[in-house]
Amino acid sequence: MKLDERPSLSSEFTKGIIKNNAVFCLVLGICPTLAVTTSFENGMGMGMAFTFVLIGSNLVISLLRNQIPPIIRLPIFIVIIATFVTIIDILLEAYMPPLYEALGIFVPLIVVNCIVIGRAEAYASKNPVIPSIADALGVSVGFILVLMLIGGIRELLGTGKIKFVMLWLLENGQPGFLELATLNIPIEPATVMILPPGAFFTIASLMFLFKFMGKKMRDRRG
Amino acid sequence: MPTFLPTENIFELVITAIFTKNFLLILFLGLCSFLGLTKDSNSSIGMSMAVTFVMGMASILTWPIFHFILVPLGLEFLQTICFILIIASFVQLVEFIIRKHQPSLYRSLGIYLPLITTNCAVLGVVLLNAQQNYSYVGSVIYGVSAGLGFGLVMLIASGIREKLWQRGVDMFEGFTGAFLVAAILSLIFVNYFGVITF
Repeated sequence: MKLDERPSLSSEFTKGIIKNNAVFCLVLGICPTLAVTTSFENGMGMGMAFTFVLIGSNLVISLLRNQIPPIIRLPIFIVIIATFVTIIDILLEAYMPPLYEALGIFVPLIVVNCIVIGRAEAYASKNPVIPSIADALGVSVGFILVLMLIGGIRELLGTGKIKFVMLWLLENGQPGFLELATLNIPIEPATVMILPPGAFFTIASLMFLFKFMGKKMRDRRG
Repeated sequence: MPTFLPTENIFELVITAIFTKNFLLILFLGLCSFLGLTKDSNSSIGMSMAVTFVMGMASILTWPIFHFILVPLGLEFLQTICFILIIASFVQLVEFIIRKHQPSLYRSLGIYLPLITTNCAVLGVVLLNAQQNYSYVGSVIYGVSAGLGFGLVMLIASGIREKLWQRGVDMFEGFTGAFLVAAILSLIFVNYFGVITF
């Protein structure tokens, strides 16, 4: 196979962000998307933990792709993913206890996240290391963007203000969320958006919007 | 010291698992099967029965391993790996057994069993049992009632979606419709059962 017949690294990276967005296009990984997105900050933290697991598992699985016997590949994938989940679980408990409390059982539940198993099965077990990492990065960026979008909408409508944060080292040398800016809007906060029904309302409206826009764009193209 | 007999209020456990902390609508566990299988009520009944059974059995199997092996050795951090392996091998075993001995049951439930391994509701109930430190009987009751709550919501939602599909309501088509149905049901559950406190 000639090298230039392969899709380029940048296309491997970008296809996971919009065209094959895990949440809106493939409807995978819905549970954490809805459960932890009560605020922008939590959404970002969940996305970061997810990114670590996805990059680690894609890396190891694509390194071992010629050694894994096909018939027992799924148990092996699950063990590899569970190892990375355990690592991030321990790290979060040690260095970021508030985030660990907020995410609760959804950190260990990354093990059964359909996106991670899906990427291992569909991509990392068939492709070399560098494209697998590009693929993992693209899918993770798409997932983090969705989490931050849903978290932002729910925080804004539910509390009337939104706190933009960034994961960084704080003054005491511990990793944490650095506050960048806070935006206030003059509306009556609707607490229901923070409660579970708000999550379902938000994702239903966003999905409707995505479908509508996609249909319009296809119509315009012919 | 782990206790076998329930020290917690059984009634409270059952009501919590079915209504106030419903797995699908309040805790957001097991949404993949909710989205995929509530198109018709037969498959949602099959899936709910399989999930209830596996949740109860997973609680029975994981409690002794967590309290008699992992906790005394100080290996609680291995719980995720242990639990997922126990659930996966148990589901595989059940699939073999009912395929051999109960072919008719296999035809109605068998196709849902492989889906259950990666259903976050089952791993979720086991992790919650360990986190809340329930007694043996308590954790089994919690597991079974969580499955019943899951089944209740699956049945209601599949009924609503079937009726809407027959009437041809465009807006409630596909995943958007499933999420809107879930939003309304979740609003009902939060409002009516949120007042229950113990």
